[in-house]
Amino acid sequence: MSQANIALGAHQSGAMEPSPFSIPSKKLAMWLFIISDAMTFAACLVAYGFLRNSTPNWPTPFHSITNVAIMTFILVTSSLTMLIGMRAARAGDKGKAFRWILMTAALGILFGLLHLREWSQLIEEGMTIFKNPWGTGLFGSAFYSITGLHLFHVTCGVIALIVVGFRYQGGRYNADDIEVLGLYWHFVDLVWMFVVPFIYLLNLSH
Amino acid sequence: MSTNDQASGLGRYLVVYVCILAIAGLQFVVAYHSASYSEMFVRMFLLAMLEAALGVLFFMHLWSEKRALLIFVSIFVLFVLATLQYSWPDAFRIVGGVPYSSYH
Repeated sequence: MSQANIALGAHQSGAMEPSPFSIPSKKLAMWLFIISDAMTFAACLVAYGFLRNSTPNWPTPFHSITNVAIMTFILVTSSLTMLIGMRAARAGDKGKAFRWILMTAALGILFGLLHLREWSQLIEEGMTIFKNPWGTGLFGSAFYSITGLHLFHVTCGVIALIVVGFRYQGGRYNADDIEVLGLYWHFVDLVWMFVVPFIYLLNLSH
Repeated sequence: MSTNDQASGLGRYLVVYVCILAIAGLQFVVAYHSASYSEMFVRMFLLAMLEAALGVLFFMHLWSEKRALLIFVSIFVLFVLATLQYSWPDAFRIVGGVPYSSYH
């Protein structure tokens, strides 16, 4: 067997190797990304818990849960609209899939705007990364870094939804790509389920 | 997404969606209960884990994927989450001395 044949054989055997877990490679890549990103958020939340636990004058500045409740509702609903879009893409209904993906992006934008409004209110009340009127300045840095990291993920998700949505509409992407993007969007929603109780609800002023 | 998922219709997703919203609502109710911080933390954490499990299993379709993927993801994430708990005793030491010591 010549050297060329050996190389070709190796290449072919690589190409013929069954996909791990019987899922497409890009889906596996997204799962690996989600696992690593989950660790990032977990590390941030544990670090926040460490600070909260070890700091006596930890502030509890939140008086109302209305805004965060609306934000939660919007984000969970956006997961449902993403699922509807994904199902439409699987069924081959491009127009419907495109509309629901854009609807998901719109809900993501709304979530981001509400988040920014909340931030601006807190900044007006004197809460910055370094100090706040209620207690230790560590609260501001923990709050803005964790919610900021989540908002960054939402923003990236919205951009991805718009780009992938239009490319799917244009025929460059297929239903698999929508599903992979859906995994990311659901993950962003899932992280919020931990951010809300730990960052907001445990810091309510009773 | 498996063929089974496509066949099961939107009904299951709607049920999971309502369940997640209900659990989120329960978290907001728990937040106004008068309980100690540690009790409230445990309740919030359990509810958040339940929400996340529903999201991962049904919205992200991990339940309908191969069991090997479910086990792979679970082991990786749970192992790292478990090892992250290493720092808690130090957090208590800063405010209350070494855990289980007589120093207060």
